[in-house]
Amino acid sequence: MNLPLTARIKPDGSATHLGEYCAAQGYEGLKKALAMAPADVVNFVKDANLRGRGGAGFNTGLKWSFVPQGEASATPKYLVCNADEMEPGTFKDRWLMECDPHQLIEGMIISAYAIQASVAYLFLRADYNLSAQVLQKAIDDAYAAGLLGDNILNTGYDLKFYLHTSAGRYICGEETALINSLEGKRANPRAKPPFPQVSGLFGKPTVVNNVETFCNIPHILLHGVDWFKELGIGEDAGTKLYGVSGKVKNPGCWELPIGTTVREILETHAGGMQDGLKLKGFLPGGGSTDFLTEEHLDLPMDYGTIAKAGSRMGTGTMIVLDDHTCPIGMVLNLTQFFAQESCGWCTPCRNGLPFVRQLLTDIESGKGRMEDLDTLLEYCGYMGPGNTYCALAPGAAEPIQSALKYFKDDFVEHIEKGCCPYAHT
Amino acid sequence: MSEFIRSVQVHDTIVVPGEVEPLTESERKDIEHEISHYPFKQAATIEALKVVQKYQGWVSDGKVKAIAEILEVSAEEVDGVATFYNKIYRKPVGKKVLGICDSVSCWIMGYPKIMQHACERLDIQPGQTTADGRFTLLPTQCLGACDKGPVMMDGEELVVNLTNEKFDEIVK
Repeated sequence: MNLPLTARIKPDGSATHLGEYCAAQGYEGLKKALAMAPADVVNFVKDANLRGRGGAGFNTGLKWSFVPQGEASATPKYLVCNADEMEPGTFKDRWLMECDPHQLIEGMIISAYAIQASVAYLFLRADYNLSAQVLQKAIDDAYAAGLLGDNILNTGYDLKFYLHTSAGRYICGEETALINSLEGKRANPRAKPPFPQVSGLFGKPTVVNNVETFCNIPHILLHGVDWFKELGIGEDAGTKLYGVSGKVKNPGCWELPIGTTVREILETHAGGMQDGLKLKGFLPGGGSTDFLTEEHLDLPMDYGTIAKAGSRMGTGTMIVLDDHTCPIGMVLNLTQFFAQESCGWCTPCRNGLPFVRQLLTDIESGKGRMEDLDTLLEYCGYMGPGNTYCALAPGAAEPIQSALKYFKDDFVEHIEKGCCPYAHT
Repeated sequence: MSEFIRSVQVHDTIVVPGEVEPLTESERKDIEHEISHYPFKQAATIEALKVVQKYQGWVSDGKVKAIAEILEVSAEEVDGVATFYNKIYRKPVGKKVLGICDSVSCWIMGYPKIMQHACERLDIQPGQTTADGRFTLLPTQCLGACDKGPVMMDGEELVVNLTNEKFDEIVK
């Protein structure tokens, strides 16, 4: 099996050094890209159908193609890496950054060249301290080797590259909130349009991509579009980092062909449920995705299939709910997270989430009323797509609305019995 | 879930009180280095707050004013940013901040029992600092190590597969 993103990761998990990286075809993709016209790099990546690995799944090359080019276009242009990995249950980008930092840096240099950016920022979440150390050393080494800075590899292309470490708040992972945060402001999202590709960081054209997305770029340049498409099993191209957390035998993260089935991920790689527990449901791609259940186990984990099943592949890192864990407690925990992390900018999120949290608190503790279930659904509608500046509240509504669909009996039982029937809570 | 506490906040006034507490030489040098990464000084606000916190442990009103001076923005602007980001402490914290993850995967893996144990062991509630000033206990958002939950930040270090016994060893 060809697993390019993790091929260079060493068994002990220590970071791959520049020498080791170059010995394994590192920065060869960059050399190839720099010999091409920037617009050709954009088209190459667009043809590869690399879809954004941060969760939205938008075609990466297409996103780049919206950056205005030519003499009359605004400069400088900026490239930003979204390494604000804070989606609950998501732990994939940490692996890539701690273990193979140059892969990310090379991907960013190629991408910056493609959109003709002259400055790149790597926006790293708080608490990823090992990632910060590893990345800063890799950036310093890349500068020393002439891979960053002025006249990269004697091609005349210049790129400044900075690591920015954040100070908390989930909302920073939202593209426009991240841009505000990089400007030294509160991380409130911005109204779109204008989209960042036209007016982003400091009012200049800006592209923001996820860590895993960038890590694919060197391989696409080096091995080509057809090679990349063949890596995937179904309709999507490439590989994907899939993760599993919760009460399975072997929780972890694996690079697999995109389109691997949920069952293979859960049973073969995560080892199935812990002894004595049954699968009750799972969030396929982080805390802000709709629950799926046993009936969806044989679906391939790709963007289109999971969307058709009523959820989202999101970050591709699943959170497993077992039959001994209270689904209302789980949804309450998620809602508490999203209520806490709301930036307070728009009403459905700022007011809706604390209200829903209260309803769920009541139901979970046995003080709920049957009509609360209708109210919950009504509020999921208020928080849904189209009513907010960003995807935080719509995402927060996803586990709630799907829990009401699949675990309705549990809600009813809490209300009828006047207590939580699960022993642990 | 009675504790919805994540950050330490100090005052509700609009004007940041107190005199300017001048930056130390190291703070000024580090902040100027960060400013050099951006086309506008204000963009270095979060880094400047983190620099002061690195040296002082927290960010006082006087330091907020000093940061405002070097970045050429108002103290209120800096304070608005400081109080937005939960990893910026606007009140003194213990020598070490213990951040127990309270997000979904760690919840499934039983973090509430460890949080309860931690409160009893340290004799404080989440958000508080021990009487001897050694530890501040803060529930924290998903730490991105969900396959190894429950997890905790022990100052700058990530602790995985946290148990009551591991916690006791850390705070002994």
